[in-house]
Amino acid sequence: MKASDLVIELHAQVVAGAGNLDREVTGGYASDLLSCVMAAAQPGNVWITLQAHMNVIAIAVLLDLSAVVITEGVHPDAEVLARAEEKGVPVLLCPQGTFSAVAQLAQAGIGGVR
Amino acid sequence: MDQQPSSVSRVQELVYELTINEVMTREVVTISPWASMRDLKNLLRDHRISGVPVVENERLVGIISIENLIQALEERNIDSPVKEHMTTSVHSLHPDDPLVKAVNFFALFGYGRFPVVQADNCLVGIITKGDILRATLRQMEVAWQSEEIHRYRASHIFEDIESEQTSLILRYNIKPQDFVRGGEASSKIKRALERLGAPPAVVRRVAVAVYEGETNVIIHSVGGEVSAEIHPEQVIIDIIDYGPGIPDVEQAMQPGYSTAPDWIRELGFGAGMGLTNIKNCADIMKLTSKMDEGTHLELTFKLQ
Repeated sequence: MKASDLVIELHAQVVAGAGNLDREVTGGYASDLLSCVMAAAQPGNVWITLQAHMNVIAIAVLLDLSAVVITEGVHPDAEVLARAEEKGVPVLLCPQGTFSAVAQLAQAGIGGVR
Repeated sequence: MDQQPSSVSRVQELVYELTINEVMTREVVTISPWASMRDLKNLLRDHRISGVPVVENERLVGIISIENLIQALEERNIDSPVKEHMTTSVHSLHPDDPLVKAVNFFALFGYGRFPVVQADNCLVGIITKGDILRATLRQMEVAWQSEEIHRYRASHIFEDIESEQTSLILRYNIKPQDFVRGGEASSKIKRALERLGAPPAVVRRVAVAVYEGETNVIIHSVGGEVSAEIHPEQVIIDIIDYGPGIPDVEQAMQPGYSTAPDWIRELGFGAGMGLTNIKNCADIMKLTSKMDEGTHLELTFKLQ
């Protein structure tokens, strides 16, 4: 499954990194604790969180994640989106809660990493 | 992720950059309007092509393809002249047109080739999908080679410079509470290590550890610095802050132990896993702290 398929599965809104949606998604990880993500998420994973600040983008770049899904209808600041765009990190927004988003992606065949 | 645009967009750029003139085939097989369809059959067979422009006095007068030939064969009309079978309303391109125009022509008209003519209708070349593919691949290879040379030079820096001990030192100041710039030192060190050709798994461990370290400095200290000393065989990371210091280092090392205030936890920091993550990433970790003086975290990552 590619990052662009996440958009379809979640009916998500792409607010940054639309040019990088052709990457293969290697699995998913959901957490709002940054250190847990740093420890567990693998390259190419999609990260589902309701955090929406600058460090989310830094982590996505450091871990080479394929996309970040921000849940609960949270909208990141323009600065955050500008950074995501600059670094080519796809940022997807969806109104669902994290559990629903994860359930939808699991149904579509995206597995967890641990 | 932050280095190269994807190859798809590179091809898209190329079709705007390149002109038809740079891509077209100049030696064009042509046929006279007065030649017979039998001559055409032989010509197509000999050159293993499926169509040719029809040219008279160097001017383009039409185009004829294998479909026209099949029709002539069905009509048992193979000895009639090409003139009677050719298509005269030809879509042609100009040498100065951008390549994207040819791409659009292929999509719009569905033909296998388009003749390239100057203003006086004089034939100067022909363009096929194969020409476009070859040209874009060639251009991408040129770009790729220069990137490879760049990468090679970076990764051989230690071999080219002779000394008893060569190392490269990167240093970054970290300001307290500057969450917006969190991750800057780690992403810059990551990029430097990638360019120097360090193994990806090690680069990842360094990036995770430095991120956690610089985040600690941002959250808990009055400021500090991160430095990376890159040797051919190892990377030594020093994360130093100027206080206030950790009262109980052993307690701080416990997974889940955190002194972060609530507002920081709400941002997703302060899980009490930072030092644990660092310990799991580094080959050697040394943490020393003196109250009112500061904390020094020294990490070693083996490259070989």
